[in-house]
Amino acid sequence: MFTKGTKRKFSDPGEEPASSGDPGPAAPSAAARTLSSSYSLQRQSLLDMSLIKLQLCHMLVEPNLCRSVLIANTVRQIQEEMTQDGTWHIMTQALAAAQCPADRLVATEVLCRQTDAAAQAGQSPKPFSVVGLQEGYHSEEVVMEGDVETEVTMSSLSPLSPQLSSASYLTGPFEVGPCWEEEDEEEEEGDCEENEEEDSEGCLSDGEERDQDHLNADSRTGEKVFGTFEIKHPASPPDPALEELFSDVDPSYYDLDTVLTGTPKMGPYDLLESLSSHGPTALSSSSSCRSDLNELDHIMEIIVGS
Amino acid sequence: MQKDLTILNVNSPLSAAIMMSLETLRKAVSVESDIISTVEFNHTGELLATGDKGGRVVIFQQEIENKNYPQLRSEYNVYSTFQSHEPEFDYLKSLEIEEKINKIRWLPQKNAAQFLLSTNDKTIKLWKISERDRRADGYNLKEEDGRYKDPNSITSLRVPVLIPMDLMVEASPRRVFANAHTYHINSVSVNSDHETYLSADDLRINLWNLEITDRSFNIVDIKPANMEELTEVITASEFHPNQCNTFVFSSSKGTIRLCDMRASALCDKHSKLFEEPENPSNRSFFSEIISSISDVKFSHNGQYMMTRDYLSVKIWDLKMENRPVETYQVHEYLRSKLCSLYENDCIFDKFECCWNGNDSVVMTGSYNNFFRMFDREHRRDVTLEASRENSKPLQVLKPRKVCTGGKRKKDEISVDSLDFNKKILHTAWHPLDNIIAVATTNNLYIFQDKLTG
Repeated sequence: MFTKGTKRKFSDPGEEPASSGDPGPAAPSAAARTLSSSYSLQRQSLLDMSLIKLQLCHMLVEPNLCRSVLIANTVRQIQEEMTQDGTWHIMTQALAAAQCPADRLVATEVLCRQTDAAAQAGQSPKPFSVVGLQEGYHSEEVVMEGDVETEVTMSSLSPLSPQLSSASYLTGPFEVGPCWEEEDEEEEEGDCEENEEEDSEGCLSDGEERDQDHLNADSRTGEKVFGTFEIKHPASPPDPALEELFSDVDPSYYDLDTVLTGTPKMGPYDLLESLSSHGPTALSSSSSCRSDLNELDHIMEIIVGS
Repeated sequence: MQKDLTILNVNSPLSAAIMMSLETLRKAVSVESDIISTVEFNHTGELLATGDKGGRVVIFQQEIENKNYPQLRSEYNVYSTFQSHEPEFDYLKSLEIEEKINKIRWLPQKNAAQFLLSTNDKTIKLWKISERDRRADGYNLKEEDGRYKDPNSITSLRVPVLIPMDLMVEASPRRVFANAHTYHINSVSVNSDHETYLSADDLRINLWNLEITDRSFNIVDIKPANMEELTEVITASEFHPNQCNTFVFSSSKGTIRLCDMRASALCDKHSKLFEEPENPSNRSFFSEIISSISDVKFSHNGQYMMTRDYLSVKIWDLKMENRPVETYQVHEYLRSKLCSLYENDCIFDKFECCWNGNDSVVMTGSYNNFFRMFDREHRRDVTLEASRENSKPLQVLKPRKVCTGGKRKKDEISVDSLDFNKKILHTAWHPLDNIIAVATTNNLYIFQDKLTG
């Protein structure tokens, strides 16, 4: 659980003990470092949780604006604190230099559909339930608290290309402009995030790795407060099943102005064609990612914004 | 829909000053329905309206055993049921509009009929509920089979007579106030002038005339020009019970603004801002979320208002803005569980609160089908449970206690055993008597205090 009150300084083991004028903690003892890293891990897990909550959308019913605002404010608060700590910058840099392991999840495609209310009625809502993580295509079902009739399915991809240069950003639910990251090769720590809810122990042991592969933020603009995750966007033929599924979707749904944000974005067909390329066999190299970065801008805004 | 009536007793070890005195009779009306989303007594307490997730409104009527002694046992029976809202589809946004009834507010009664406002996320409707217990009989214009007689064959004038018939309660929509809200309506409040009412969504508040459906006035707008800068939403709003120019609205940041409509047409600039400074020792990442106000209610006398945030109920004196005059902890034991409650979204549950008729006791709900009452005069509180399993007919309902420490006493419940799916979000108090309505997820419980003697 989060400790109350004081903000912890990011203690660098290499630092000399603080000078007498420093009101903060003195020489970083092993205990202090442990406590500090535990706090930052907890904070990181809260950030992950919050970003996931923001991602999940209810495509058929408008999301609860109050809840979205509160979660976004929490993310902002964490990011501010991490920026002051210096951990934000470090995480950014680490991600920039990180290589992407083959089994890392990088892309999420969010599909929301209504399920039979009766079937859901018997279920007690639970927050996250990872069906299974495996290389390649997998789906995750999430039942949101209080929305028993809505099932959100996230289909995630595993990037198999070691070079990730895809766009990575995550805009808040209200942001319009792309939260664009100059550094490339950022990864989304998808599976570990979801794993966290189930088993934080397992993830804590991978703490260091997670810090590197973690959600990135756009540190370029100070005003942007939301973290990022990347999308792998290999070029593949569109998935006909997906197109059929959304053939009736009104493109104006993605007019975020009336939903949460200010300007209209690309329509669902564009979105789906982009995302439907995330088929089970999407293994192409990252070279095509760069060309689709602008499109990804829009895609992610839509996904996250709605 | 109405399944059965169970008679239960309510007992409280506290003094008789608290509404649940020792000699109490409680009746639970169990109504299997869709998830109940709002509960509201009318101004006399004779009628109790509930709205559910399926867009239905069910109205119960009080039937008093002995009208000379109204404090004796009375029943609430189903009086009228109607479908208020239907699911809709917003074609412009390709989004469904839920039919769930968010709020019901009764209008003061002016004639034989009853009127209430019911609202879903987007549309407010004014419903007229009227009784018909007579019909006209004795026309000589029709044949036996209903065909009209040849007018030439009618030679006498017969005036029909009104004869009694079985009571029929009709609900008809009289006004539909639509297309005025971009965001989800969370509050509706009838003004004391009985002519206007306000409706509030996440970012705006509109003022309506009850007679006019094609136009409303926007009186509060907190939508930023750039939605990226949005950090605060409106969570609840209410008119002052006596001053028709005054209303309040609460926000997700824990502030309440009191506005005067005489000051300007747009009341973005508040007349008073009620906010309690944060306790720095309680600061966490969840501080803002738990400070978000889920309900605001004026006292009947108009001197105080009550707010409900996630962990507490606060009473504010309208003359003092910088802090509440009373604070009651509803379930402080949840403070150490905030991360889990954030994870399962329970931290976003919106609990309502209510005053009793003379403003001496306030009530609000909690988890595990618990609800709490705070006696302001005697500084006492009680936790009760609305559940059929734990209450047999005619058995005393005993207060519950949540154990927070290590050693759990008998009959206490540990925090980890609480069922967070069983939440009581909606409660209502009869305006005159000690009768309360408590809604669990699917059931409505009506508890009554029977005075001794």
